[in-house]
Amino acid sequence: MKTFINLYKHTHTHTHTHTHTHIVMSGSSTRPRLMKHAHAQSRDSVKMAAGQQWVLVEMVQAFYEAPAYHLILEGILILWIIRLLFSKTYKLQERSDLTEKEKEELIEEWQPEPLVPPVSKDHPSLNYDVVTGPPSHKIIVNGKECINFASFNFLGLLDSERVKLKALLSLKKYGVGTCGPRGFYGTFDVHLELEERLAKFMRTEEAIIYSYGFATIASAIPAYSKRGDIIFVDEAACFSIQKGLQASRSFVKHFKHNDMEDLERLLKEQEIEDQKNPRKARVIRRFIVVEGLYINTADICPLPDLVKLKYKYKVRIFLEESMSFGVLGEHGRGVTEHFGVNIDDIDLISANMENALASIGGFCCGRSFVIDHQRLSGQGYCFSASLPPMLASAAIEALNIMEEDPGIFRVLQDKCKHVHKALQGTPGLKVVGEPLAPALHLQLENSTGSRTNDLKLLRAIVDYSMDRQIALTLARYLEKEERFLPPPSIRVVVTVEQTQEEIERAAQCIREAAVKILK
Amino acid sequence: MTQNSASKLINGDALHRTKQDKKAGGNGFVKNHCLFQQKRHRRPAEKSHHASCTSLYKKPFVESFEETPLLVAVLTYMGYGILTIFGYLRDFLRDWKFEKCHLAREREEQKDFVPLYQDFENFYTRNLYMRIRDNWNRPICSVPGAKMDLLERVTPDYNWTFEHTGNVLKDVINMGSYNYLGFAENTGTCADAASECTVKYGVGVSSTRQEIGNLDKHEELEILVARFLGVESSMAFGMGFATNSMNIPALTGKGCLILSDELNHASLVLGARLSGSTIRVFKHNNMQSLEKLLRDAIVHGQPRTHRPWKKILILVEGIYSMEGSIVRLPEVIALKKKYKAYLYLDEAHSIGALGPRGRGVVDYFGLDPSDVDIMMGTFTKSFGAAGGYIGGKKELIDYLRLHSHSTVYATSMSPPIIQQIITSMKCIMGEDGSTLGQERLCQLSENTTYFRRRLHEMGFIIYGNNDSPVVPLMLYMPAKIGAFGREMLKRNIGTVVVGFPATPIIESRARFCVSAAHTREMLDKALNAISEVGDLLQLKYSRKNRHGNEGSDSFSFLESHQD
Repeated sequence: MKTFINLYKHTHTHTHTHTHTHIVMSGSSTRPRLMKHAHAQSRDSVKMAAGQQWVLVEMVQAFYEAPAYHLILEGILILWIIRLLFSKTYKLQERSDLTEKEKEELIEEWQPEPLVPPVSKDHPSLNYDVVTGPPSHKIIVNGKECINFASFNFLGLLDSERVKLKALLSLKKYGVGTCGPRGFYGTFDVHLELEERLAKFMRTEEAIIYSYGFATIASAIPAYSKRGDIIFVDEAACFSIQKGLQASRSFVKHFKHNDMEDLERLLKEQEIEDQKNPRKARVIRRFIVVEGLYINTADICPLPDLVKLKYKYKVRIFLEESMSFGVLGEHGRGVTEHFGVNIDDIDLISANMENALASIGGFCCGRSFVIDHQRLSGQGYCFSASLPPMLASAAIEALNIMEEDPGIFRVLQDKCKHVHKALQGTPGLKVVGEPLAPALHLQLENSTGSRTNDLKLLRAIVDYSMDRQIALTLARYLEKEERFLPPPSIRVVVTVEQTQEEIERAAQCIREAAVKILK
Repeated sequence: MTQNSASKLINGDALHRTKQDKKAGGNGFVKNHCLFQQKRHRRPAEKSHHASCTSLYKKPFVESFEETPLLVAVLTYMGYGILTIFGYLRDFLRDWKFEKCHLAREREEQKDFVPLYQDFENFYTRNLYMRIRDNWNRPICSVPGAKMDLLERVTPDYNWTFEHTGNVLKDVINMGSYNYLGFAENTGTCADAASECTVKYGVGVSSTRQEIGNLDKHEELEILVARFLGVESSMAFGMGFATNSMNIPALTGKGCLILSDELNHASLVLGARLSGSTIRVFKHNNMQSLEKLLRDAIVHGQPRTHRPWKKILILVEGIYSMEGSIVRLPEVIALKKKYKAYLYLDEAHSIGALGPRGRGVVDYFGLDPSDVDIMMGTFTKSFGAAGGYIGGKKELIDYLRLHSHSTVYATSMSPPIIQQIITSMKCIMGEDGSTLGQERLCQLSENTTYFRRRLHEMGFIIYGNNDSPVVPLMLYMPAKIGAFGREMLKRNIGTVVVGFPATPIIESRARFCVSAAHTREMLDKALNAISEVGDLLQLKYSRKNRHGNEGSDSFSFLESHQD
């Protein structure tokens, strides 16, 4: 800024000096003519016309008589005046032309923000709880052995000896890493087998596996939805969906959580918009992105209504089933089986293999027409190392267990209902979620008005329970990044391994804690 | 992005880099306002092969990108032209049902929906990629070590579908996997330790780091990684790709500027995009281009508002996986210091594979790790595991522990994978009480030098740095991509071939990854096969003086240090 002003002054002074010189010069040169003019005015006014003529003649004569240099000078002066009248005093571009020295000064002057803002040492989530040993049914958190009510190990497959054995055999055959993406010698026979098995399990044409659960839906959405397309998404959608939406750069419209009327309102709005410009409407892809069982609210999406809307407004449905796969339905096929919806009506189903299957990674399944596209366009699939074969083998064995014993889902669903019922009536805490949900939320009935204080209270309940051998955890969110930040809550996870007695104990413990801490 | 690099060699940019002629000052910094002079300051016809800032480099930095021969370029374009014409013809025939279309079709109920794919979107896949699809996704059924077993596939319908015959191609020499240090093993200490860990912990975690998925193993790994890298603190994540794409958004945001190399990996590009920062791209490994962007950014500030940038982050990779080039780190660090920018170094390929102690590109140049603000890398390659890490100052890691997307929302790393990393890393550090790690490092560097030298002598055009274990061999023409891959497999050698869009359209290439596990015999066998196929397909394009003094060659981008 300073330099700019300097420059401006500089130019200005220059112009000024020039103009000044003119005036002086023209003053001296025109003096004789002016005198003659005054002389003429003093004559008789009757002879005005003749007099004027005389003046003109005299002027022309004077013109002839004047020395050449004088004329040239006056000509130049006239031209100069014209130039001054019609030109700007300074050129705009000149202002930004900084000299190297000025640039150096600017560079010297610039101070960036620190790379990261300072973090206070006693931030509540800076020090994670440390789990010693396996995170199985009995878990040692911060040195205390507890019963696990916090890991998403719904079917207890994390502790399964069968799964471990298969993983070990795979390790003996393939080693640990794959040392390459799927395209470049990173496709192992177990990957193909797992994809086939998942497709068969879900009764879809094809499945594709990713090496990271989070990356699954986050890569799948931008593989289809591009700039200019429209995505209708539930407000409670999980973070990986939100990242997928962001990466797709599509036009995102949020509807109220599980509110089909609100969704239909948005779809109708879009229909009206489409009628205005039918040519454009013919190329805008539309998607509804929902979760089967919402991780943030623990309730189930109204899938049959969504399918109706799908055909009414010709929108495709992407369904994220990380919480419902291996949980809902008679055979654990998720929310489609739960509602008896034809799975082909859902364009894409994605889920991770980290919860019910207790391995690592994620998968998408659906019709080949849809899924195959990800093999070249799913960024997390193409550009990432493939899933370690031992983890794929573990997932296959977990699928085996699920297929052999569908009764396990019944057990889980009963336990979920039991936990849901047992937690009802806890003073000061409300249970959020469906009775069938395996991961419930306990929220404060009366918020203190500040999120930090709420979290402190809930954390105190978690610590109280942890001291009494019940491992719980707070549901964690990135508060600034979440589009619709869920209220603070304690997560209570149900697994098939929890006994009646343990569930009663946990419920009792939480009740005690709530009474003690919330008063 | 691709166009830039396509024209890179044609417009003689590489040549300019050769002729940098800046005399370094006594203290290592040039006495001029620009650290690295821009084109217009350069004396035009000077031929010099010195590094621009000689004193910044402790050893020769030899990197070559030989110009594409004109005839080859013309023929390559013609090849794509013919393929495109035939593509349209075939599409026409498919439309009129003269030719059977193998593509999966939209179901009848959804025919009146807006099409999921635009027709032209898949033109390339349908008509070009499909012809040579058998060169990718080859299923393997063994350890991806120096030799591997491949499942034999046949296609009854020109690559639209594959069937497994049940036969196994045994002992195919693996020149494709990123197994730089040969830690992809199913026996030995690493595998044993991982087995034990599996028995103890199982394979899953089923929770996130911030909730209840923070195992003692994770903490152990992070302390070790920090020690390995020589940084204050570190953090590990379950997927290398996500390490980039989920942490860059935590570091920069609106009002920040990201300067990214044009050949950066997709994960860096995605992370930069998700961050919401302004992104500007500089020419590959071109310090003049980077410096110009830095200067302009600071002098002019943000577009429209002209406010100064909040911070500037430079994104570079250690070894570029498609070019085989090594980042000019000493120069980047000098620039970063001068312009007060922050540096994010992605060592996906270089960690373990470069440097006398295997500590990556920082070690290779003998620099101080604290000069790099964010040290990122993956465990997939040299360590034979999976996942990624970020290392740096304690404040940085503390901040990430709170704000990384990965720690809050993604399931934490699997314990046996962690164990594999811990054991292999300790082996490299020599903490297992043996010199095996050091031997592997020496072997890799020896193999790299040998392999690159032999290919060069045979007359192939090889890209990249002389010390880089990633060796791209130029094929150029689309037909040769498929032919090379198949001919090599016939000779029992598995190679990776890459074409557009992973490379600029005319610069299709084969890529070899040298491993410490390769023996001299294996390399010789591979080299003989490459030479044979090279003769068959006429791939020996190089017009360089093969055995003579490289310095006399005007095409080479050779910078050496004469101390």
